[in-house]
Order: sequence, then structure tokens, then C-alpha cells
Amino acid sequence: MSDDPKKIQTAKSAWETETVSRTLDRFPERKTVFETTSSIPIKRLYTPLDTESIDYLQSLGFPGQYPYTRGVQPTMYRGRFWTMRQYAGFATAEETNKRYKFLLDKGQTGLSVAFDLPTQIGYDSDHPLSSGEVGKVGVAIDSLADMEILFDGIPLDKVSTSMTINATAAMLLAMYIAVAEKQGVDSNILRGTIQNDILKEYAARGTYIYPPKESMRIITDIFAYCKDHLPRWNTISISGYHIREAGSTAVQEVAFTLADGIAYVQAAIDAGLDVDAFASRLSFFFNAHSNFLEEIAKFRAARRMWARIMKERFKARDPRSLRLRFHTQTAGSTLTAQQPENNIMRVTMQALSAVLGGTQSLHTNSWDEAYALPSEKSVTTALRTQQVIAYETGVADSIDPLGGSYLIERLTQEIEDKANEYIQKIDEMGGAVKAVEAGYIQREIADSAYNFQMEVEKGERIIVGVNLFQQEEPPLQDVLRISPEVEKYQVGKLKKVKAERNDDRVSQTLKRLENAAKGTENLVPLILDSVKAYATLGEISGTLRKVFGEYRES
Amino acid sequence: MKRERKIRILVAKPGLDGHDRGAKVVARALKDAGMEVIYTGIRQTPEQIAKAAIQEDVDVVGLSCLSGAHNHLFPKVVELLKEQGAEDILVFGGGIIPHEDIPALKEKGIMEIFQPGTETREIIQAITEKIKEKQEG
Repeated sequence: MSDDPKKIQTAKSAWETETVSRTLDRFPERKTVFETTSSIPIKRLYTPLDTESIDYLQSLGFPGQYPYTRGVQPTMYRGRFWTMRQYAGFATAEETNKRYKFLLDKGQTGLSVAFDLPTQIGYDSDHPLSSGEVGKVGVAIDSLADMEILFDGIPLDKVSTSMTINATAAMLLAMYIAVAEKQGVDSNILRGTIQNDILKEYAARGTYIYPPKESMRIITDIFAYCKDHLPRWNTISISGYHIREAGSTAVQEVAFTLADGIAYVQAAIDAGLDVDAFASRLSFFFNAHSNFLEEIAKFRAARRMWARIMKERFKARDPRSLRLRFHTQTAGSTLTAQQPENNIMRVTMQALSAVLGGTQSLHTNSWDEAYALPSEKSVTTALRTQQVIAYETGVADSIDPLGGSYLIERLTQEIEDKANEYIQKIDEMGGAVKAVEAGYIQREIADSAYNFQMEVEKGERIIVGVNLFQQEEPPLQDVLRISPEVEKYQVGKLKKVKAERNDDRVSQTLKRLENAAKGTENLVPLILDSVKAYATLGEISGTLRKVFGEYRES
Repeated sequence: MKRERKIRILVAKPGLDGHDRGAKVVARALKDAGMEVIYTGIRQTPEQIAKAAIQEDVDVVGLSCLSGAHNHLFPKVVELLKEQGAEDILVFGGGIIPHEDIPALKEKGIMEIFQPGTETREIIQAITEKIKEKQEG
């Protein structure tokens, strides 16, 4: 293949003036400007001229090698498919345990726990603020007793478990360790992930409890504890998912996520940890949205950027510290209530972009989620979507199959450049914690969300079935519902736990935790002691609330 | 000529749900449409919302909930407003709300429920019309 740039340039100019312009005269293009969600212009055609400045060995390299643009593992899906991990949890631990066994039976390869809001925000089910929320968006966990039920009959030495838990991550991780111990499983072989990413909670998701400084301390305590006791555990899942759901563009998603990542690494280094002692256990979580090509480029750009950040900024030496491993979930905010079956196609293409982008694990949304939590039937279709991509399409047979596409490489570079501009701006503000405290990241996201909505309303952005190709249809019936009885049942269980436990032991462990919180001791072992004494999540979180105070949105 | 008072509206997030993309977008659209908008921020109890609505002397309260707790939280706000003699404040709601929940919510005094995909101009129109009906009625 001849790729003399001059010859190509000449031929391209000729094509534009002779061939294209004649067509344009008769058939104008659909739009005057084509662009991605991040306002990156998309050209009519990409040629070798667009990738001329990209040095293959410097910027792409090989899978499993720096800068990991083409993938973090040397053989990628030729060795093993991504982990198919459906986020699930609702009502009680008993109900959710049944759903896990159902999903594992259908061929799911990892667990992912959704907790209800009281559990995420550190309130017991009988707290006044929990009223109406118990078991709604996830499973209610008040104490170790619930966690024992949640994983009953599921061997924790065999499965890997991801937990979407942030402000109360240390408590839920402690409960997981305690359940494993009861199963006779040593913590050093446990595999899984806690989300543990508080910065995006302030910026986009909202389940924060403590102020940033205190939250960052808990996070670095977890890093330090896991380094010694849970070497195979992913100690954080630095999440762009919710930033994107809150309305950001693809570039903002990458930029704000990596800026958060920088803040965590810096905090851990400042707490005295060696970068290579913890960095290999950092993981990431991205959104797979609808602009197919931009998403593929986004995943590749994120990988390259993180490798460069870890190597150049933080001087990490261990190759494992440089690898951005990530989970992906398809974009919940793109699911429509109108003609909901169309969501199956949206999810399919979003999932495909994640696979083409080299994800390590994947959650596919169910088609009925613009109404409620998914039913067993819809969640099966979602899982089957991944299995069809894996087993039938052949896209997993070669690594980074779109690598080398002129468009994909150009777009990967442009996303990296634009995201770096944001990161530089955040650096100048003093880092992600400061940027969140100043409300900068929140405002950027809100602006993008508003612009997106206005584009939809003006018809500049089409959503099939919503602002084009609408049709009358009967309302969707029989969505999954969480009975108000769940709350009563859960409160009853909580009472029973409190009646049967040794209260002296509870107050002693909580007292020790309180004292440690006032000092600098690592909190995780003390939280573990409290958990084992059946102190409730609300009691443990409340003890820390007393010392740390609470964050209030400004 | 008597100058018409601008419609005052409290956009609120009851319960523990932190998803406020919709609430913020709607708040901004209402403001752009000329209304005076106060946004409470996330994690408000029904009591806090009713209190704020009365203190701020609003015409309308817009509630947003995506956690599934709407059946519990929305009617609670209406009840509290009624208890405090502020039943003239119109309450609207939106979020992830199944169709089959809508009749009961309306029966309990929620004027309208806006589901996913609703355009902001539909919300603006609904609020403006209900306010007009109230003034004429």
C-alpha cells in the first residue's frame, strides 16, 4: 500500500473538487456540521493523512505493553472473554440471593451488588430518612446478618464480586471479609471490587456522607489495608459512568474520571504509600453511550492517558501500575420509556462499543429500566446480548480490531488532547478535590446535560421513538415492584439482630473506632471488629459521622 | 396595568436519591421560561420541602424521584402542605415512575406526573395552564 502523503493529498484534493463537489451540488449533505457528543468535528472521510502525525510505537504499541492503547492484556479476548457482570440487587438479602443464583445459573461469570440508598448513605432501615427507600434501588443491608444471607450458598473463593458502594465501602468490604471467614475463605484470595470513589459522588451521584478530606482518609486506609490483606481485590473503581449519566460528554467523562484518579493516587502517596504498592489494584468504570465510534475511541484514549499519567507524573515502575483496567455499563440515561423494546438495540450497540474498546467486564442494561428495576426476563435478554456478541459475532477473535482505522486513531488522539486540556485546568485549580468543592465539575456536567436536552427538544439530536418516529402505544404493565412490606420485614430483622447480639461488645468496638477516627490509625481493622460484633451499618457510619461531620452541598 | 407576578416554583429532590440531572435541567428550563426557580438540592425530607415551599411563598412544587420511593414521598409532601394550610400550592412530580402508579398519585393530589422523555416545554405548558386554571377558578 503506497502511503506517500503528498500523493495522497493531491489525490484527495482532486477527489474533493471533481467527484465530491459534483455530488454535493445535486445532493447536499444531511447536516452542515457533523460532530460527536464532545463537539469533535467528524470529517466526511479519514485517510492516512489524519494519522500521519501518530507514531505507531509511541502511541499505540502492542497489547499488554505501554501505553496499552490496544489493550491491557497480551491476548485479550482470545484468552478469555470479558467478565459478564450484571449489576443486581433489590428488596431483601433473601430475594437478592435468589437473583444471584439465577444469574450464575444463566452463565453470568461475576457478581455485582446493588445496595439500597440507606445502605449507601449509612442509615439503618429503621432510620426516619430511610422511610420509603428500603430495598428500592438495591438490597438492604443493615448488619453482617444480612450479608451472610446475601452470599448464602455462594462460594466466595470461586466468584468475584463487585460492590457499588462508596461512602460506606469500608463497612461493606468488612462484612464481605467476615462472611468469607465464616465460609473458611481467607481474605488474601478474595477477588472483587468496591467502587469506593467518593469524588464522583460529590460531583454526580450523590451518596456522600463525610467531607472530602475525611472521605479521602478512609479511602487511603482501604488502599493500605488491602495491600496487606486483600492483594487480589480492586480497592477502587474510579468511575466516569455516573459523570456521563449526569450529562457529561465523552471527553468530560474521561477527563473528570482521570482527574479523580490523579487525586486518589496523590492522596495515597501523601499518606505514605509507595505508588507501586497500590496502583495495580486501582480499576476504572466507564459508560458505553450511543455515539459508537466516539465511545470506542474514548476507551482507547483513557487507557493511553492513564498509562502516561502513571509513568510520567507518578513515576510508577511496575507495569501493572500503568494499566487501566475497566468495567463498562451501557448508558442507562439513553434508555427510553417510549417504545422500550428499542432499548435492546441501543444496549447491543453500546455493549459492542465496549467490547471493541477492550473492556474487562460489562453490564448490559435491561430494556425495561426506564420504568423500574428489570424483570428476570428482561435481565436474561440483557445477559444474552453479551453472549451473542461474545460467541457469535467474531469481534473478540482479534485484539483491538478497529485499531489502525484512520478515524478511530484520529478520534482517539483528539479525545486525549481535549481531555488533557480539562485535566490541566483542574490541575491549575489545585486538583479534583478543589474542583469539586468549587462546583466546577458539577457546573460543567450540568451545562452539558442542559445543552443535550435542548438539542433534543429542537430536533437537532434525534432519539428514535421520542422525538422522531413516535407512535401511540399501550403503557408497559407488570414492571418489577418492591412491596412496602420489605421495609417492615427488614426493620423486624434488624430488631432481632440487636436483641441477640452482645451490646457490650458492640459499644466497645464502636468506642475504639471513634478514638481511632480522631487519630490517624487505619480504620479498616476497627470497622471489621465492629462488623463482627454485629454493630449495624448505621451505628458504624454514625460513629464516624460524630467525628468527621457531614458534607453539605453548597 | 397590573404587572403579573412571576410564577414561583420550588424544584425539590425528596428522599435519598442523588440523581438530579433531570431536576437541574427542568429547573433551568423553567428559569429560562421566566419563572422564579429555587432548587433545594438533593436529600430533602418531605418536611423540609413543605417548609421551604411555604417560606419561599411558591406557587408550585416540582418533585423529582428516580429511586422508586415516589409513592411514599410525593403524597407526603401534599399532605404536609395541606396540614399547614398551604393546599393552594400545586405539586407536580417526575422521574422513573411506572404508568400504573400515576392514577393513585393524582388521586392523592399530585397535579401531573412527567415520565422519562417528557420535553421541558410540556412541563412549562402544564404548569402555566394549571396556574391559570387556579387563578380563573
